[in-house]
Formats: sequence, structure tokens, C-alpha cells
Amino acid sequence: MKLRDIAHTRSGDKGDISNISVIVYRQEDFVLLRQAVTPEAVKGHLQGIVKGEVTRHELPSLGVLNFVMHRALGGGVTRSLALDAHGKCFAALLLDLEIPCEPAD
Amino acid sequence: MFECLAERTIALAVRAKQDDPEKGYDPLLQERLSAVLPAATANKVKIISNMGAANPVAAARAASAIARKMGIGPLNIAAIAGDDVLAEISDTSPLLEGGIVAEWPGELIAANVYLGADPIVQALAEGADIILTGRVADPSLFLAPMIHEFGWPADDWRRLGQGTAVGHLLECAGQVSGGYYADPGFKDVPGLANLGFPFADVDANGEAVISKLPGSGGLVTAATCKEQLLYELHDPSCYLTPDVTADFRGVRLEQRGPDTVAVSGGTGTARPKQLKATLGYHEGYFGEGQISYAGPGCVPRANLALRIVEERLKRLAGEIIELRLDLIGVNAIAPVARPPAEQTEVRARIAARTRTPQAAAWIGREVEALYTNGPAGGGGVTQSVRPVVAVASTLIARERVTPRTHWEIVS
Repeated sequence: MKLRDIAHTRSGDKGDISNISVIVYRQEDFVLLRQAVTPEAVKGHLQGIVKGEVTRHELPSLGVLNFVMHRALGGGVTRSLALDAHGKCFAALLLDLEIPCEPAD
Repeated sequence: MFECLAERTIALAVRAKQDDPEKGYDPLLQERLSAVLPAATANKVKIISNMGAANPVAAARAASAIARKMGIGPLNIAAIAGDDVLAEISDTSPLLEGGIVAEWPGELIAANVYLGADPIVQALAEGADIILTGRVADPSLFLAPMIHEFGWPADDWRRLGQGTAVGHLLECAGQVSGGYYADPGFKDVPGLANLGFPFADVDANGEAVISKLPGSGGLVTAATCKEQLLYELHDPSCYLTPDVTADFRGVRLEQRGPDTVAVSGGTGTARPKQLKATLGYHEGYFGEGQISYAGPGCVPRANLALRIVEERLKRLAGEIIELRLDLIGVNAIAPVARPPAEQTEVRARIAARTRTPQAAAWIGREVEALYTNGPAGGGGVTQSVRPVVAVASTLIARERVTPRTHWEIVS
């Protein structure tokens, strides 16, 4: 199963930091989301893009995880040579992350 | 409300002001104001915008000229300046990115601090109909009319935090009402070509109902609001603005009806003692060239094109600060181990940051030369050159910042 089956995402940018919010469609999938989508999983999936640390913030009542990815924007939106200097596309890339069908006990 | 300033827009506007002292504000000021002024004045709706950019005083003068020409008045137009803190920045000021100001490569051309709601609240109290600011934190533009209307004390952190949550939801306009949300089959949004912009009905506690006009396109749901609540946010317990340290962890989003979402539960703690300032640096030039290849073997031909240009640019090595080679359609957004086998078209892109505009122009010229000297079948060359204005950030003590208000009165 892909992350896209249970959640939607949006990316934002600030300096050289990109954030991706991951939001479950159904609140009951939040347990699975929290287990499957770790900072390590995000960094691994976005290999070659995220050069720094990834931290995760949780908003359980809204069914949201927010990933803050350091050194992810080629030195910053304004000097990056990337076609997508803002990293706007990263949120969609993350939707392709493979996740288990059910949470582990 | 018109929120129009991205991170580096002011630094670009500073350059425009250097060339012409009556410029440096948003180039769309005329179009936007003339579109809304008749309805706004007829309905006594005030206009708040950061379209002043690097030159709010000139923006106010332009706004008064527009109003006079349209025969609209009386109008009190307030320009809020004082965000320009270039004189306060020293070589030893620490950068949030690490290091100090003097160590950043490039020439410092602008420094603008994020002002808060205070000067806007004061201008509203003094009877402003139109307020044009330079750099003001985006949610503060929205928080100001709430503080004005409800008389919230400056240390009512709970209401200021909740009001900031509402402001943050509104600050990207259509991004909360179905814009930037559609993903066909997963997240369908009706009528995007006629996207309705959001408005909020706010009560004296800062609790708000977000909606849009009936009959307009788009969608306001708890999900569209969640995406926007986290947009450009890092730690949701600590969203720093000049007005408050907002805490969004307790925010509740409740669907009340079609395109109607209630927002409550935001709070906050004391505002930060220091304000963030964005520094704009001129940091060389950006040069780019692109060329397309199609049909069988397009990816190997595009790769060959990249290698040819890379080799030819070696003679400019001293001029090139950073070089990037992409295959658009294959790896321009995310690196891939192997290009797909059955690609039908691809676009090679070479981009570089250079020390001189001449070197930047060479990037596109080398790509253009691929027409005759490169792999078979290259087409659709484009090239561009522009100066790079990069940004960094620093903190500045609140007491060193003095907002100034300038008035233009249309009788």
C-alpha cells in the first residue's frame, strides 16, 4: 500500500528548510501513519534531496504529522539552481512511500 | 486584504527603488486597487496590504493618485514603513543560517524586519481606509483588524494565538479554499477556474468560521484547512510572529456545512523579544539553458547534450560558482538511479550560478550551440539570465525597530 491511499500532503518552504504535512483522510489511520512514516522513512524516501536532519511534529487531534527537513532546498529557495526551487513537488513525491496495510500490534 | 510579498520580493523591490525612487512597491498595485476601490468604498470596507514592499510611501502616493483619478474619496491612506533596518545591521550580526553577516558571500543590499500588527492597529484607530505596508508578518496583516475591532489587550496571548491561526489560514487566499489541493481521483475540487477566495467571520474570542462566496469554485473543508494550517510551519507549538508565540496544537477544525469550517482552540504565549529580519544579498548571476529531445533514444541524446555542455563550460570554471544538470521529465525534481526505458520526450536543462552576467549568458549560448553541434534532433532551446538575490535571516531587538506611518489624504 502507498501513503497516498491513506493520507494527503502539502509542502512549504522557509530558507533552506522544507516542511511536509502528512494528513490522514480517516482519523483511524493515524496509528498506522505514526508507525509507518518516521523521520528515517521520509529521509530515506527523499534520498538525494534532504541533506540535513528530519524532525517530526505530531498533531494527533487533527490526524497530522509535520516533517521539517533541514538542508533540503539547495541552500535556500532564492539561490537554489533547482527547477522546483521551493520544493513544492516534494509533498507529492512522499505520497509514493510504501507503507504496511495495517499497524503492527 | 492583499498579501503579496514572498521571502525575497522586498530585496528585488529595493533594486527597483534604487533605479527609480518612486518605484519599489508592488507593480500590480494599480490593477488591484482600481479593481476593488469602487466596491470597497461603497461598502465601507477597509483595505490592508503589504503591496508597499520596499517603498510604502510611494505606494500610498500612487494609491491616492489612483483614487483621485477614479473620483473616489474622501480616503485616508496610511503607509507603514520602518521595516527597513539595513542601517541596524552590522558585519558581526549573527545569521540564523549560521555564521555572521560579513561571512555570507555576496553584497548585502536590503534588510527588512517583520513588523507586527501594532502599527496597523494604530492606523486603523486613526481612521485609515487603506493601509499599505512594507514587510509585515503575513498573519499580522489579518490579526490587526481583529485587535482593532475587539480591543484585545496586547498580552491576551490566547486570543492573539487563535487570531494568528485564523490569519495563517487566510494568508495564502485560495490555498485554504481548494487551491493547491486538487488531486483528481483522490481530492477532487469543483470549479477551480473560478476559485472562490476565503473569508472568515470572527467573533470576539477569535473563533472563526471560514467560508467562501456561494456559487464560486473551490472547496472549504477540514482537510483543505489542515493542509493550510501546516503550510510553511515548523513546530506547531511554537509559531513565532511579532505579535505572539502561537500554539496550534489544540486547533479544532469542524465542518459546519458545505464550504463552512469553524476554527477554534488556537492559543499562544508571550511574543518573542527579538524580531526576525530578512537580509537580501546580491550573490552573482543565474544563467540557464534548456533543449528538448524526443523519440527513441531521447534520454541518451539528452544526457550526451548535458555532458557536451559540461565539458565546454570547464573553461569557465573560475566564473561558475555552482552548476546543475537536469533531465526534465526524468530527474529534475528527484534524483533517480535509472531513467525509465520508454521515455518519449525529455528536456535537458543546464543551470549555473556565476560571478559575472557574461558567464551566465554563456550557459544559454552553449545550449543554443547544441542545435548545430550537439546530438541529433535537439529542439526548443530557451535561455535566461538574471541577477541572484539570495536571502538570509537575522534577529534584531524589538526596541531597535521603530515603525513609521505616513498619511496621504484624498479629500
